[in-house]
Amino acid sequence: MMEQSHELQFDLSRLVAGLPPSGIREFFDLVLTMDDVISLGVGEPDFSTPWHIIESAIFNLEKGYTSYTSNKGMLGLRKSIAETIYLKCGIEYNPEDEILITVGVSEAMDVVLRAILNPGDKVAVVKPSYVSYSPCVIMAGGIAEEIECRQENRFKLDPADLEEVCRKKVKAIIFNYPGNPTGVSYTKDELAEIIKIVQKYNILLLSDEIYDSLTYDFNHTSVLCFPGMKNQTVYFNGFSKGYAMTGWRIGYIAAHRDIVAMANKIHQYTMLCAPIMGQFAAMEALRSGEHEALAMKKEYNRRRNFIVSQLNDMGLTTFLPQGAFYTYTDVSIARLNSIDFAKKLLMERKVALVPGTAFSSCGENHVRISYASSFENIKEAMFRIKDFLKSL
Amino acid sequence: MDEILEILQSNAKADPADIAHQLDIPVEKVCEAIAEYEKRGVIVKYKTIINKEILKNEDEEVTALIEVKVTPQKDKGFDSIAERIYRFPEVLSCYLLSGGYDLFVIVKGPDLRTVSSFVAEKLSPMENINGTVTHFLLKRYKDDGDILILQGKKDTRPLVSA
Repeated sequence: MMEQSHELQFDLSRLVAGLPPSGIREFFDLVLTMDDVISLGVGEPDFSTPWHIIESAIFNLEKGYTSYTSNKGMLGLRKSIAETIYLKCGIEYNPEDEILITVGVSEAMDVVLRAILNPGDKVAVVKPSYVSYSPCVIMAGGIAEEIECRQENRFKLDPADLEEVCRKKVKAIIFNYPGNPTGVSYTKDELAEIIKIVQKYNILLLSDEIYDSLTYDFNHTSVLCFPGMKNQTVYFNGFSKGYAMTGWRIGYIAAHRDIVAMANKIHQYTMLCAPIMGQFAAMEALRSGEHEALAMKKEYNRRRNFIVSQLNDMGLTTFLPQGAFYTYTDVSIARLNSIDFAKKLLMERKVALVPGTAFSSCGENHVRISYASSFENIKEAMFRIKDFLKSL
Repeated sequence: MDEILEILQSNAKADPADIAHQLDIPVEKVCEAIAEYEKRGVIVKYKTIINKEILKNEDEEVTALIEVKVTPQKDKGFDSIAERIYRFPEVLSCYLLSGGYDLFVIVKGPDLRTVSSFVAEKLSPMENINGTVTHFLLKRYKDDGDILILQGKKDTRPLVSA
């Protein structure tokens, strides 16, 4: 019998093959081979979804709600979302045609980019950022114009840098705050500077505010709160972070009905709808999840204060993050690049964190440390990192 | 509730220095506050929660939850009779409730006979007690906010994710 070749005989997508490789895949694979690791590398809450939310989903499953829903998502959930946005910033969205429920914000970003971009359109991406933004732009046929936020600006977007990119005729900007991986957020005044430029150049603002409920030092202001921004914004949010509901996969967008219609066209062909059990859970979260969400925020805030003081005490420069559950820490004192630092720390002290190069090509000197982990774990990890630094 | 108390309530062993970092206040302030709470009796004591479901074969003990109907006394209401009951060392907890009965008493003993005789010989015959219903505890699922069967549950999240 002829031996079968293991070589694939098909030509695969050149677009996908051309995507920049993830610089940290090898590191992630290495972590997965290790036992007894304390991980501060996780990008999701360590809390379980509040029980009343889980129970509500079970109740509805038991009643036999196991079907598809409307492509846009259940109208009841869309109405609750419209109400939530109205309460946050006084802007009205019509739940019938201005809100789309998606499978997390990740799917939302994908369908929106595909809905708005024509080949060669440019999209500004504020870096360091969540890993998928630039690849999604490229997969949608666009060109990612990355704006690097600098350490001397505490990783906040410099309006001058934004203006420079805007002059290159970008169609849209992906803006995430509070941000992954830096934890950076913006006050109303800081946002006003950014909005001024976005309006001046008439750029569509793709505002990913998934971490909005985890803002610690001031109240989160949505970009929607600024006059005239409703029709210039695609607002992204979801339930994963604030309600500890990552696995339920429910996100949403609120936008002009033409954008929602286009995004929904892609969504209905590719995803059909978000899972019904997740949608029921999301409705319960909006109805009565605030108390638990606040309790989780309080706990994150305590861990944030602890971890930032510990890291700075051991000489690892760390700005106080204003939101989310990450610190973006400068490890240059260790004289190792971020991947080597992360690898060595993992191998020698069994602490996992994420090298900064995962989020930015300029992340050589930084690591992302997640405080979505128990206080005991964080304390032990800090002890080990301190010990590790001494050994270098 | 003050955040210092919140932290201590979930971890009696919390180090004042850690609390200070978590709340971003000087450690001296934390120590002063704790001393003050202890002095005022707000902090009664520091206890350990033991998962007796794990120890059940090594350390047999019986717990009974007892509903007690009481005739309140003039001028003293329920307090005096409650005191007569909660002074017994066998009584772990004693609460005054609204509803079908008045006092709810939790009693612990080394075996069924000891607890039964406490109810039959000490509690029931007491003056002003009109009746008792005793429930023996069979299994603990959750104690004081902690779900016992979830203790030691592993974190199922991937070790790293973006």
